[in-house]
Amino acid sequence: MPNAEQLTCKELVELVTDYLEGALPLPDRTRFDEHLTTCPYCRIYLDQMRQTIRTLGHLPDEAIPPKALEALLAHFRGWR
Amino acid sequence: MTTHTKHAEPEDAELIDALKQRDEAAFVRLVQRYQGPLLRLALVYARSRAVAEEVVQETWLGVLEGIERFEHRSSFKTWLFRILVNRARTRGEREGRTIPFSALGDAALDPAEPAVAPERFLGPTHPQWPLHWAVPPKSWGASPEEQLLTRETLELVEHAIAALPPAWREVITLRDVEGWTADEVCNVLGISETNQRVLLHRARSRVRGALERHFDAD
Repeated sequence: MPNAEQLTCKELVELVTDYLEGALPLPDRTRFDEHLTTCPYCRIYLDQMRQTIRTLGHLPDEAIPPKALEALLAHFRGWR
Repeated sequence: MTTHTKHAEPEDAELIDALKQRDEAAFVRLVQRYQGPLLRLALVYARSRAVAEEVVQETWLGVLEGIERFEHRSSFKTWLFRILVNRARTRGEREGRTIPFSALGDAALDPAEPAVAPERFLGPTHPQWPLHWAVPPKSWGASPEEQLLTRETLELVEHAIAALPPAWREVITLRDVEGWTADEVCNVLGISETNQRVLLHRARSRVRGALERHFDAD
């Protein structure tokens, strides 16, 4: 039976970003880590957040339309 | 400090010095480096893609106008993106639209949205596991990279971001899509660290939820 000092899963999911950002005060960080050691579901949740962030980092940038580059170069030559 | 390898890209600072000497190749390198990210951020504010592209073009003209006065005190990147954000704001005002800027919208004042639907947790009076998972998340697999990086999944994530409130979208775009630091994002958007974290948390939580629904449906 969890005691009052322990984080609940519902609290943990709201602290995930602060945790990953290194913004949790040490006592909270300790409680967070303790919760993770006993809760496989929250470990999965944390993994999913990390995977989400990694996926976001893989979104491709669009190529520059040749026309836009030409227009910029025309401006550049005028400016030069 | 960036380690230079044999084919290292020139640093921004080198390109800026060359640009001040009117070096066209340096200008093209900078455009290629930042055009995609600029367009991505411009799309947060613009009501159409054409408008976003125009704002990006105006931003580059702003760079040429201002480059003589640019000192290396701030990074070129943050200076460049501040030009974009200012242009987008001016344009929104001219068109009589209010653009929700995170600088104006204090995250703390938004209605709070829980990271996970409350019904997925047991009640506060549950005898053994109060407020623990009732419907726990399912693992996306030990090596989920393959399914996470499919075109289908990436498109889903694009759509999830596009549907976010603009202030959330600004932050997640710069932090997670472009890989900026929290300091850089706060600097360009003019928001506090705390506000930045709250917006990032909400945005990430929503995108995770979209991915979860997608994988659970499979």
